[in-house]
Amino acid sequence: MHTDIITISQLCFQYHNEETGLDIPVLQGIDLTVKKGEFLAVLGHNGSGKSTLAKHLNAILTPTSGKVLVEGIDTADEKRLYDIRQRVGMVFQNPDNQMVANIVEEDVAFAPENLGVPRDEIRKRVDAALESVGMTKFKQHAPHMLSGGQKQRIAIAGVLAMQPDILVLDEPTAMLDPSGRKEIMQAIKRLNREQGMTVVLITHYMDEAVQADRVVVIDHGTIRMEGTPQAVFPKVKELKGLGLDTPQATELIYLLNQKGANLNPEILDSETCVAELLRNIEINR
Amino acid sequence: MLKDITLGQYFPGNTVVHRLDPRAKILLVLAYIVFVFSIKNFVGYALLAAFTLACIFISQVPIRFVLKGLKPIVVFIVITGLFNLFLTDGEPIFTWWIFTVTKEGVGFAAFMILRLFFLILGTSLLTLTTSPIALTDGLEQLLSPFKKIGLPAHELAMMMTIALRFIPTLMEETDKIIKAQSARGADFESGNILRRAKAMVPILIPLFISAFRRADELATAMECRCYRGGENRTRLRELKLGKVDLGGVLAFLLLGIAVFGLNFWLGPSVGVR
Ligand SMILES: Nc1ncnc2c1ncn2[C@@H]1O[C@H](COP(=O)(O)OP(=O)(O)OP(=O)(O)O)[C@@H](O)[C@H]1O
Ligand SMILES: [Mg+2]
Repeated sequence: MHTDIITISQLCFQYHNEETGLDIPVLQGIDLTVKKGEFLAVLGHNGSGKSTLAKHLNAILTPTSGKVLVEGIDTADEKRLYDIRQRVGMVFQNPDNQMVANIVEEDVAFAPENLGVPRDEIRKRVDAALESVGMTKFKQHAPHMLSGGQKQRIAIAGVLAMQPDILVLDEPTAMLDPSGRKEIMQAIKRLNREQGMTVVLITHYMDEAVQADRVVVIDHGTIRMEGTPQAVFPKVKELKGLGLDTPQATELIYLLNQKGANLNPEILDSETCVAELLRNIEINR
Repeated sequence: MLKDITLGQYFPGNTVVHRLDPRAKILLVLAYIVFVFSIKNFVGYALLAAFTLACIFISQVPIRFVLKGLKPIVVFIVITGLFNLFLTDGEPIFTWWIFTVTKEGVGFAAFMILRLFFLILGTSLLTLTTSPIALTDGLEQLLSPFKKIGLPAHELAMMMTIALRFIPTLMEETDKIIKAQSARGADFESGNILRRAKAMVPILIPLFISAFRRADELATAMECRCYRGGENRTRLRELKLGKVDLGGVLAFLLLGIAVFGLNFWLGPSVGVR
């Protein structure tokens, strides 16, 4: 939990607009470190630059200025491109648009095949990857016959087969129904807890961000807030100003406190919220 | 299992025919096509029919499945047959109005029909018993010697794989768009061909836009998974020639000897060129 696995310093990035000839700044001086084994959530409203940041973590994009180091490797170093991509597995929003083959295990094998891994080893990796997302049963299926959550788990298995050290997920649950979302969050958390996978989760859902070790809030390409969920979410007013919601329980406590109640603001889920309210009722009785 | 419903024609199984190496199977089907077009008498076709039936029987694919492959080209076969029947010169059998049927015509028409029939039968047995992915793998390997003269074997196979993968996704999407447009009052059923073609535009435009977006996202996802073309790529599946393939080759060798032997001993039937 103590060594830095990704170090981002003074990262700036701009898109060049061909029509107007202007450069549009998207990331403006991001400083961020990700620690080995941590579960980091990245929040920010639409267009704040989250996906752009994610694409810098595995050298799909490289900085206009500043530096991104992944396990000490500079992402701008083209000779190490595939070393970086292999270390940082990336999962996107739409599972349909990430799958290459029409049989699950063939799809999961895609990355190790690209890396030139020997056949026996591919087999092992595919089986292990499918096992760790609980999809072993489906290895002979066609992806289009699976549910959204199952497809997204295959997409995760597809990057796990590279044996990455870091998993970056860009709104992986945005297209899923509630049960699919739960499946994915469980899979991510299990990888983080049991296999010590470093996770960077970009999300719009506060209830997902709450489960992270640390939260970073991005706005207009800069980091505006950072800290544990307990530290970040009680700042309801500040978050609203950045166009974000807060977990419902936190907001309820916040509103009650505004009306003069004296409740612990660091409450993130409904269970602890209920417990806190009951405790308060007991005291006032 | 419903896997590989993609083309609606792979019939999964674990028979000898299924287990033939896809490369061997493709080559054997090519040999089969050569036989189909070399046979010069009806005894030869009887033999070929027996051989084909045996293959279908061994593969355990229901006959009606195999025959389904013939459906789209029945019209084509019939027209070819009729043309040959009426337009072949030779010894007249009977004449009606401007049509003359000759002995040679009957023979030749029968031959053309048989050739097309067996051509389709043989190739559909290939696609029925080989999963699309094995087929693309086999093609890639068979074509790889031609890489030296600039044939992009890996890229072709990759394109086929991705096309197969996205056919169901795009079909689903087309369906959704049609429903969405119908809900807004679009009419795809009435009117003449021109009108109906015009009605397709509001389906095709969103479909194309979405297909391009998908392609873009897929390309990024492939890059993220370290895709860099066919060089130094390994494969999960190993294509390995085995005893089954040797058996297949032997069977075809015997068939070939028989076919050419019959051609030689019996000579061509009437009308055959
Ligand atoms: N290819 C591109 N060319 C030009 N501008 C782009 C491109 N991709 C993104 N942008 C711009 O960069 C900004 C940040 O985009 P980005 O996709 O990183 O946002 P995001 O935080 O991921 O948003 P969302 O929550 O919608 O996914 C946006 O203003 C967007 O318009
Ligand atoms: Mg995004």
